[in-house]
Amino acid sequence: MGFAACSVPAWRASAAQVLRPWVTEEVAPGIHIRHGVDEDVSASNDDAIANIGFVIGREAVAVTDSGGSLNDGRRLRASIRQATELPIRYVLMSHVHPDHVFGAGAFSADHPIYVGHAGLPRALSLRWEYYRTRTEAILGKDTVGALVMPAMLVRDHAHIDLGGRVLELTAHGIAHTDSDMSALDRQTGTLLASDLLFVHRVPSLDGSLKGWLKELALLKSVAAKRAVPGHGPTSVDWPLGCRDLERYLGVLLRETRAAIAKGRDIDAAVKTVGLSERTRWALFDDYNGHNVIQAFKELEWE
Amino acid sequence: MGVTRTLLLALVMSTLAALGQSPATYADDSQAVMRAHAAQDEAERAARWKELQHAIFGARSLQDGAGVIQIEAPEHALDAALVPITLTMKSATPIKGLYLVIDNNPSPVASHFTFGPSADPRTLKLRVRVNQYTFIHAVTETTDGKLFVAQQFVKTSGGCSAPVGSDNAQALKDVGLMKLHLLGTFSPGKPLQAQLMIRHPNFNGMQMDQITRLFTPARFIRTIDATYDGAPVFHLDSDISLSTDPVITFGFVPDKKGTMKLVVRDSDNASFNHSFDVPAG
Repeated sequence: MGFAACSVPAWRASAAQVLRPWVTEEVAPGIHIRHGVDEDVSASNDDAIANIGFVIGREAVAVTDSGGSLNDGRRLRASIRQATELPIRYVLMSHVHPDHVFGAGAFSADHPIYVGHAGLPRALSLRWEYYRTRTEAILGKDTVGALVMPAMLVRDHAHIDLGGRVLELTAHGIAHTDSDMSALDRQTGTLLASDLLFVHRVPSLDGSLKGWLKELALLKSVAAKRAVPGHGPTSVDWPLGCRDLERYLGVLLRETRAAIAKGRDIDAAVKTVGLSERTRWALFDDYNGHNVIQAFKELEWE
Repeated sequence: MGVTRTLLLALVMSTLAALGQSPATYADDSQAVMRAHAAQDEAERAARWKELQHAIFGARSLQDGAGVIQIEAPEHALDAALVPITLTMKSATPIKGLYLVIDNNPSPVASHFTFGPSADPRTLKLRVRVNQYTFIHAVTETTDGKLFVAQQFVKTSGGCSAPVGSDNAQALKDVGLMKLHLLGTFSPGKPLQAQLMIRHPNFNGMQMDQITRLFTPARFIRTIDATYDGAPVFHLDSDISLSTDPVITFGFVPDKKGTMKLVVRDSDNASFNHSFDVPAG
């Protein structure tokens, strides 16, 4: 899509796409996931870059997550309607990042209960406007919708019942961000990890490196056969599937600490830390340097 | 500085940009952002610097700083809220001070250092916020009153309005905590580099809460005084452009074992004092 497409009224662009449901994969019975592309938000991808999907119970549906734009969410909604007529009762908001929450408005007519980490309202209130401005500069006006706040807040643990199917929700300590929430479907042994788990696409650190390693260690002990990463394949074996993430975060921790101990500056650390991981991840050059800065800021005060 | 600061603030409050820090899904060089920034061409940038130069230095002339002052900054900064800057100075006439000007920031004069007799001003490092694509100018003043200028262009945006963290109370928890690392071995009379770290959110008044529609009130470091056994090393007049938890690397000449004393004052009139033994321990 070229620059001229930006001047096309939003309703025309969206009307064509509303009717086109996403292709989803059923990674476990009743759990359908749309694969997000390993790209950054652009006019040609509608910010459909995260793995998003839905879980069908006997009585209701839960969306997890809603996607990166209204169009992304609308197309997910169309996929749900292809699969089931059951009401969409819950929309999970796994953390503050735009590629996971900007589709929330696409479900407003369903009057679902929006669910998030207890820290999510504050995180959204401080960041949503920046994210919206930035995303709409790329996707065009009115592609994000109004700010949607979670109504059900999770502190520690909570569960939602879809009828014969319970999703156990966990509000995590500061890790990928300070508003990370995961969901566990015990029935199929499926962990919906969202961005606590990156596979193939380089992780982005926006919370705490030490916190993420700590939460990951806890998640590894969860009784799940598979996990759905926020980015990467729609499903990986668990806990085997977090091997690369754990290694990357470990390298970041060790090498950043070593750089600090040697009295290296932050800009020198950016050029050296983590380079052994370069060939193992998509978008490495776009995020590793930023991750090093985050890690350095956190670790230099140890 | 007070009057100049107010003037400059008034001059450029219109440049407030509501662009965010790159979190997880934005590369700072995305096409749309690049298009937006291409609009400000070279002529506009030159005019802007001329205007600032006049506001800060009046009619005084600035000489090309080649060989006297050098500025190093990443051309593409990865984190707009933390752009590392290295300044290298070399002059036969002693150096009296240094101005760091971030042309397109809401308050462009990011720092003004005045060096004391115990300083070694040859290398200075600090971390700043950059709000949009901008030239950064470093102007050094020698004791004979001459001014030398160097510049570098930095591509990044959103550093001023980027959220400090999601939790403002947490950001103030350790406010005023300081660490000093000596980067080298102490030897009486020999120049030594030191890295000063200060816990301070440096709220610049541009971080907005969407629920309350209120901006987190500005609270930022205004001055830092470093003295060695009572003799001034540097005095810094600072502003809202220093990063959260500022880190400043500077040089000094300890004539003998002694005490480095730091006094930090912020815009709430809070004062933080720390003393460090040199050498440590």
